[in-house]
Amino acid sequence: MAPDAAVLVILTVVGAATPLLFAALGELVVEKSGVLNLGVEGMMILGAVSAFAVAVSTGSGALGVVAGMLAGMAMAFIFGVLTLTLAANQVATGLALTIFGLGLSSLMGASFIGIPVEPLAKLSIPGISQIPIIGPLFFGHDALVYLSFAAVVAIAWFLKKSRAGMILRAVGESDISAHSIGYNVIAVRYRAVLFGGAMAGLGGAFLSLSYTPLWNEGMTAGRGWIALALVVFSSWRPWRLLVGAYLFGGVTILQLYTQGAGGLGIPAQVMSMLPYLATILVLAVIAAGPWKGRLDAPACLGKPFRPST
Amino acid sequence: MTAEANAGVPRLEVRGVTKRFPGVLANDHVNFAVDPGEVHALLGENGAGKSTLVKMIYGVLHPDEGRLLWNGEAMDITDPHAARALGIGMVFQHFSLFEAMTVLENIALGMDEPGDMASLSRRVVEVSQAYGLPLDPDRNVYTLSVGERQRIEIVRCLLQNPKLLIMDEPTSVLTPQEVERLFETLRKLSAEGVSILYISHKLDEIKALCDRATILRGGRVVGECDPSVETAKSMAQMMIGEELKSVTRRSAGTHGEARLAVEGLTMPSEEIHGIDLKNVSFSVKAGEVFGIAGVAGNGQNELLLGLSGERLAHHDTIVRIDGEPVGRRDAGARRRLGICVVPEERNGHGAVPGMSLVENGVLSGHHRMDLLSNVFIRFGAAARFASEIVEAFDVRTPGIAASAGSLSGGNLQKFIVGREILQKPKVLIVSQPTWGVDAGAAATIHQALADLAAEGVAVVVVSQDLDELLAISDRLAVINVGVLSSAMVTKEASVEEIGLLMGGVHGLEPAPERAPEEAANVA
Repeated sequence: MAPDAAVLVILTVVGAATPLLFAALGELVVEKSGVLNLGVEGMMILGAVSAFAVAVSTGSGALGVVAGMLAGMAMAFIFGVLTLTLAANQVATGLALTIFGLGLSSLMGASFIGIPVEPLAKLSIPGISQIPIIGPLFFGHDALVYLSFAAVVAIAWFLKKSRAGMILRAVGESDISAHSIGYNVIAVRYRAVLFGGAMAGLGGAFLSLSYTPLWNEGMTAGRGWIALALVVFSSWRPWRLLVGAYLFGGVTILQLYTQGAGGLGIPAQVMSMLPYLATILVLAVIAAGPWKGRLDAPACLGKPFRPST
Repeated sequence: MTAEANAGVPRLEVRGVTKRFPGVLANDHVNFAVDPGEVHALLGENGAGKSTLVKMIYGVLHPDEGRLLWNGEAMDITDPHAARALGIGMVFQHFSLFEAMTVLENIALGMDEPGDMASLSRRVVEVSQAYGLPLDPDRNVYTLSVGERQRIEIVRCLLQNPKLLIMDEPTSVLTPQEVERLFETLRKLSAEGVSILYISHKLDEIKALCDRATILRGGRVVGECDPSVETAKSMAQMMIGEELKSVTRRSAGTHGEARLAVEGLTMPSEEIHGIDLKNVSFSVKAGEVFGIAGVAGNGQNELLLGLSGERLAHHDTIVRIDGEPVGRRDAGARRRLGICVVPEERNGHGAVPGMSLVENGVLSGHHRMDLLSNVFIRFGAAARFASEIVEAFDVRTPGIAASAGSLSGGNLQKFIVGREILQKPKVLIVSQPTWGVDAGAAATIHQALADLAAEGVAVVVVSQDLDELLAISDRLAVINVGVLSSAMVTKEASVEEIGLLMGGVHGLEPAPERAPEEAANVA
């Protein structure tokens, strides 16, 4: 393969991995606070359609990205009211949120199908971005790609080093203990859930404004679910999440290329299953394996909390 | 120490405090006061309202009526932050710790201004050495023994220079030696002027430690006394409001072959931080009460699963009932042969909280009480069985249709113990028979176990309460880190010896690293 072609493959892997990374980082923080939000797919796709609609209407990609994040947060707020304030079942609410998001996004996006949009501006440093291989690989992305890497560093630092991050982990580890020491469990979880919504919306915005860039019904195509699986795969560690997102991004692209190359005699349908099969395999291995990945799960994950007064 | 300006004023005064929960009056116009440097006991049975009261002092709950006075001034303690700002520290009965986090993080979480972690770490080591409470700040909490966990809570309070330290049943999970060390620490604090509010229903401890005691019953203050001049018996009677019955043993004498024999039971735990059983052997004869002592989390749960048949042994001959090998038979088969079991956890293991008492009776009783006909439940017989339990064991419930989860802990325990005893077992295995049960009901349960043994049943009692085992068992052994000591005759055993066995080799030092997989996990 020519160097240029290799660079192109890597660039598409970055494109496939970035939305996964955003959504999964958000969900990681949510789960660390003890909340399981299965509505990532729904928040993501609503972020995608909102970002696209605003970007097309205003002509501003940046406004589109902000709109995507706000849409994700609005969805997360609904989830928060139901599961945190009203203590509804988190699994059922999350599933409902996904179905709701898929339906609502189709409705909102009906008139935007097939319309082109100006993709997000790529970084361009005269001279440097033109260096062969290194230029496009490191200096030719749009701002969101760099933001996703910064987010890994920031979240890893936040969880490990900051006091607020320590309180968030404590709330996810034992809500009752945190409450009896005097922390406001529900408030901490609200913030985490809203952050998760914004990150899922950001992932969606990247999809519709940078990766494709187009709006299509159901265009997230299960990426929200892969993001959920990635959180488990990473055993709730941001750096492993980065590796995982690029691994899964790579599998997605591999599938596209082998289809293009005649599928190596494998039916195209089997190849498109690949990312999802990999997800199932990884989850099964982690659950059963000697690594005991579940050991790292926040102890209160998915349990509703009702403070007594 | 701050009271010098207003000498004679109590550090804390509780005036007319009332707290209601739906259907329960937990505290009814409670009055009492704690002086500077005083060790003050709050004495009462489970459900007397002690924990509710101290949670209000610490700001976790809020009183419906009444006031709290701090050094003579009325205070509104809105939350635990406010309580800590005043100088109130609390060690919870159920620790407020975070298992997957380090000792240092746990301490920092319980402080309002922990400062930077490096200097906090140094202060933790300083304070823990000054008060004889050794702690390694970097260890993860789940690798620690219960005694060490309690030290975290105490050190966390001490770092904030408390004026009042609240201790909610601190000794219920400690070995006798750990209790003695705790008392030394508390006496030292008291000498420094710290007031201590000590909650317990263990009367000997209160006699040994406390200057004054306020006695609660049914949410009301029923008396105040000087524990040093009272006897344990007189305080117990104030506490329960009636004469305390003592257990009478009709010794049938142990005879014949072992009814339950366990030989070389080795079983890796399925729990993440569980304890593996290592070559556990013991036998119990008809008419014998066999006690298994030990600090919680030393393999008791695993042993219970191995005996009940919820987990199978490697060979059939490892567990025998009346000589018949059952090691590879499941729980249902063992029940039919006569092993009945009361697990430690009531809600979720001993009973299904959302199901009625009748249904819960069927769940464990259908093997021996003939409550099924083919695929159908014989509800008439099942209802009779449930009523019989409720009557015989004085279970306070609106009716047998009430859900198990709606019963108080003590009442549910009476129901579960009763359900197993009435099945006429050959071998009865009971874990923590009187945990959370009041003194009157505890006496009833102890008597029932004694009577059962007198009828020729082999009874195994697993308990953390050493006094309980000393009172009712004929022989006892100690379990520590999954290893069962050889059995000793209770009458000849010394508390010191048992205490040392309970603490194992690491009783007073941080326990050896129990989780090597953690290191592998990081890599």
